[in-house]
Amino acid sequence: MPGEAAATSVPALEMRGITKRYPGVVANDHINLDVRRGEIHALLGENGAGKTTLMNVLYGLARPNEGQILLDGKPVTIAGPSDAIDRGISMVHQHFMLVPVLSVAENVVLGSETMANRLFLDRGEANKRIAALAKRFGFALDPEMKVGSLSVGQQQRVEILKALYRDAQILVLDEPTAVLTPQETDEIFALLRKLAADGRSIVFISHKLYEVLAVADRITVIRRGRVIGERKPSETTEAELAELMVGREVELTVDRGVSHAGAPMLQVEGLHVADDRRQEVVPGATLQIRAGEILGIAGVAGNGQDELVEALIGLRRPSAGKVTLDGREVTGFSPRAMNEAGVGYVPGDRQRFGLILAFPLYDNLVLTSYYRPPFAHGFLREDAAVLESADEQVERFDIRVPSSTVATATLSGGNQQKVVVAREFDRPLKLLVLDQPTRGLDVGSIEFIHRQIIAKRDAGTAVLLVSAELDEVMEISDRIAVMFRGRIVAELDGRTADKSQVGLLMATGGDKATAEEATA
Amino acid sequence: MSGIPGSLDSIPILGILFQFIGYALANLEFISNTTVAVAVPITLAALCGVLCERSGVVNIGIEGIMLTAAFVGWFIAALAANALGTGTPTPYFGLTLPLVIGLAAAIAAGMLVALLHAWLAVTLRIDQIISGTIINIGAAGFTGYMYSLIASQSLVGAGSFSKLVVPPEVEGVPIVGWLLNAVVGQGPIGITTLVIVVMLQIMLFRSRWGLRTRASGEHPRAAETVGIDVVWLRYRNVVASGALAALGGAWLSMEQTGGFNAGMTQGRGFIGLAAMIVGRWTPVGAFGAALLFASVTGLSQSITISRPTGDLGNLMNPVPGEFWEALPYIITIVVLAGLIGRSIAPAADGVPYERESAT
Repeated sequence: MPGEAAATSVPALEMRGITKRYPGVVANDHINLDVRRGEIHALLGENGAGKTTLMNVLYGLARPNEGQILLDGKPVTIAGPSDAIDRGISMVHQHFMLVPVLSVAENVVLGSETMANRLFLDRGEANKRIAALAKRFGFALDPEMKVGSLSVGQQQRVEILKALYRDAQILVLDEPTAVLTPQETDEIFALLRKLAADGRSIVFISHKLYEVLAVADRITVIRRGRVIGERKPSETTEAELAELMVGREVELTVDRGVSHAGAPMLQVEGLHVADDRRQEVVPGATLQIRAGEILGIAGVAGNGQDELVEALIGLRRPSAGKVTLDGREVTGFSPRAMNEAGVGYVPGDRQRFGLILAFPLYDNLVLTSYYRPPFAHGFLREDAAVLESADEQVERFDIRVPSSTVATATLSGGNQQKVVVAREFDRPLKLLVLDQPTRGLDVGSIEFIHRQIIAKRDAGTAVLLVSAELDEVMEISDRIAVMFRGRIVAELDGRTADKSQVGLLMATGGDKATAEEATA
Repeated sequence: MSGIPGSLDSIPILGILFQFIGYALANLEFISNTTVAVAVPITLAALCGVLCERSGVVNIGIEGIMLTAAFVGWFIAALAANALGTGTPTPYFGLTLPLVIGLAAAIAAGMLVALLHAWLAVTLRIDQIISGTIINIGAAGFTGYMYSLIASQSLVGAGSFSKLVVPPEVEGVPIVGWLLNAVVGQGPIGITTLVIVVMLQIMLFRSRWGLRTRASGEHPRAAETVGIDVVWLRYRNVVASGALAALGGAWLSMEQTGGFNAGMTQGRGFIGLAAMIVGRWTPVGAFGAALLFASVTGLSQSITISRPTGDLGNLMNPVPGEFWEALPYIITIVVLAGLIGRSIAPAADGVPYERESAT
């Protein structure tokens, strides 16, 4: 193990007593962290535990109130990203920091340009260096390609190339696997090991236990801004890490129970949908969900899932095909007509599409029903009824707020999502469309929302779950449909499906899988 | 030809077309000279827009910057001429000390107004359309009021720059002479503009400054994370762009004419923005679009000055002169409408940039 070989030397990076306070919260509370040369050090914690804040402190994006950063034993001040870069620290952000319309080479050199003279760039030299680096670490990238046309996995390599181009000795990766398929995840792990073997130090931020166990030399767990413990993968288990991370014993997966599927509730036949640029991104999708069944759609982001969902809830008009809900054709219905037909919808981005953040909680709870009794009388609102219903839902859905009159923007992510869930779930539904319903939430909220989804299923609702997080799809779906380039290319049983098989289908659309099956 | 109303049947379309081409060729020299000259302020306005918007700041205050610079340039030059005397103009371009002082003052004024826009848009992060509107209204009010104060003082102007004259031996050479006359037969601001177009095009796509500018306009957070100071970069670009718009304003009051009129920019700042969009936010493209718009002006002016004859004349002459004056604006609207959705702006254009919690 490279980590053990370098164990005796001074740590490449040491963070001592880092404290960062924001109004009302202590994001980092005297955090100590050290990373040795050639080590992959995982930083494990829930969303909101303070991992990203700590790394922003390291990268100069946030200034700590207290604490010290030492590089190779020497104290340094890092006032901004350029300071960090100068000292050999690079960061691969969770949301890629790439400019889609620029080329790979332009993205890589940006900020640390290779110059031909004082004014002009030396593109030839830059391309040569990029090609050499890519070759050394075993991946192929055309420096002239536009980044926007690359796959997510390739874009991540561009991010890593950016770090290597600056000769980064300390590499921070913030949730690097969130958007990758299992195969791409394995590839990135192999690359990280290669980088560590090359003598670089790697900080790997994650909330996924099995990943941390698979790749790290050492694991530091933080919770609510504090270091809770440090473990070696060989000396710990998923259960122990989960308990450290959450602070109590947790059920890692909600028991989905047995589905008692009834008659077909939603039938989609040959649905064609175009995106905003009039490209047909869903070229004929066919699927069926029965009452009391959860269908999970697995797929790499951007394979037509968004457009399919928008067509199903009436936000986007399909160009051809047929949608039937409980025996009644609803193709091309408006969002309100769909809503009244018994369709609930939890959008992928709650802050942009699920809520009006500036509105008080009680208004957000009636966004789909404000216009009809008991919340309206003619064109007048019935404020008393709105408030009464809001207070009741706050209670029942465990939304933790002082009162339902506070602005929704002041709520935590978990509580915001509970507002959306309360609004959409709290009535008899025929179909429930969920787009990444637990993105960015803490374990407690995820558990709560998963239970609500399963309860809804058991009440006879057909549930469509779309998520770029394969784990979530695998966890609660009764059936899994794999979507590739706008088509459903495979359907599997949710209980028996194999993760790597689904991952392969997501990445290839099944061409390879069917080919292998044919030869076997 | 059943779809065409009977009254048009008698007009041979092809004949009219040939007559039109013949007319354009006969007046080519006038039309081309006018076109290039008229394109100068539109191009400068468009370049101002390119510089701002490529870095992520929308600037609809170009009109106001031009108007301010036109006034300040003319006024300061006149003051200087009265204080220092005009002296003898240089043989080329007709440079005099007061005119040069006026031009410098115009550029300084333009950069100052642009600095105001940068402060409002980048530092205070107010809506950039509002900021631009403030500048336009403020500039119209300020220059109009000042001019009406000065008009009663009967201030004598400092004159204007003169155009480069192509030697008669060269001018006589077919095609080459005509081309040189149209392109080089400009005053100092006109010639400079042509140089700036080429320079900016190369700089934007080949230099470090260009790469960083484009990155800031597309994804400022990405630029910030590789150590680029987006706020500083946007400030520099917006203020520098003010100098370009100011040149456009100075061209109106110091190169095309030697005087100032209230509202003399006549929407050229906005046509410049249209040229920027049609030219897809590239300097050379914007110049091409400015030439296209200006050629309509050239043609309209030619038609009002030397009226076409024959069938073409019968068709065109009854059209009121106001139509020809309005034609460049109409064409601008039509071309822009045709491009909606096809010309894509920088992704972060007009979005105020807020640094990550760097406190």
